[in-house]
Amino acid sequence: MAEEMSRKPYVREMTSEWIFRHPRYVRYMTREFSCLFIGAWTLMLVCALARLSEGPEAWAAFLAGLKSPLIVAFHVVALAFAVYHSVTWFNLTPKALPLQLGEQFVPDGVISGAHFGAWAVLSIAILYLAGAF
Amino acid sequence: MGERTLELEVLRYNPETDSEPRFQRYTVTCREEWVVLDALNHIKETIDPTLTYRWSCHMAVCGSCGMMINKEPKLACKAFIRSYKGVVRVEPLAHFPIERDLVTVIDDFMDKLKRVRPYLIPKQVKAVADGEYLQTPAELNKFKQYSMCINCMLCYAACPEYGLIPKYVGPAAIALAHRYNQDSRDGGRDQRQQEIAATEGAWECSFVGACSEVCPEHVDPAGAIQQVKIKSTVDWYTEHLMPWLKK
Repeated sequence: MAEEMSRKPYVREMTSEWIFRHPRYVRYMTREFSCLFIGAWTLMLVCALARLSEGPEAWAAFLAGLKSPLIVAFHVVALAFAVYHSVTWFNLTPKALPLQLGEQFVPDGVISGAHFGAWAVLSIAILYLAGAF
Repeated sequence: MGERTLELEVLRYNPETDSEPRFQRYTVTCREEWVVLDALNHIKETIDPTLTYRWSCHMAVCGSCGMMINKEPKLACKAFIRSYKGVVRVEPLAHFPIERDLVTVIDDFMDKLKRVRPYLIPKQVKAVADGEYLQTPAELNKFKQYSMCINCMLCYAACPEYGLIPKYVGPAAIALAHRYNQDSRDGGRDQRQQEIAATEGAWECSFVGACSEVCPEHVDPAGAIQQVKIKSTVDWYTEHLMPWLKK
């Protein structure tokens, strides 16, 4: 068709500029980025289990290693990212798990609040089992 | 009513003469209550009749005038100029090829929309004489928000996944498929699953959530997509672990 032939659509290439187009994209990328720290911390936990299985001396050496300023700094940063990761995901739970009672949906805050509540209860239970209290 | 001089930078592209788009600046005397679409109409009527863009209803119903206004997907008829300071940049919707000026090529979205079968596929076809398909208010509320979609494609322009992976079925099409899947009168879910439960369907979404933030009709496509993921996962486990439950 002649009409078709005269068309020349222009395709814009997508660059990484989109991340800074709006703060929401920076927040999203921060949430994605947080996985690296959570993954690194989990690897450290696996190493800890390996040292533990090697006996008391290896375990004591591992615990001593944890006191290095670099490792302490890593834990502080990893904790900040883990909290950011958990909070942002819990805030999204009402979208994935809407609950309709009768005609109306349960308010978003109740659904995310229930998740935060469960998080707190489980964290306290784990700390209790670990002998923190 | 007050007046204001507005500087508008509009991305222009003429496929017959240009090799790439370029910005053109217009100075427009606007009234305070104008929206960006009024300013564009004013330019077309009094300054430059070659400026090309889509619009129709001027009341956020038709979904035609979606464009990037200061890098954010907006309906030009809903973007009040009093919300903007300084030069306002107007570009065609992101992630779509440019046909001319602010007009984009939307064939890809139209094709995806068709593929997800966004219409009622009745569970049981009834003769007109057998009466209406009845529905309770609770059953209506289950999907009502998704039926507000006006196909304006702002969600596609906001979605980086769609920009990076054009095969992705995308927010509005999945939300509309979900709308019919949630409808108590509908029985077409299996047909829609082939599109929306595929890799290029809901699973391409990494939950940026931008689609729901920019929707001018307050539809929540991000929510619909996550619910499709959960239901598809339940489908998989049912099929593989409890095959006897499958109808």
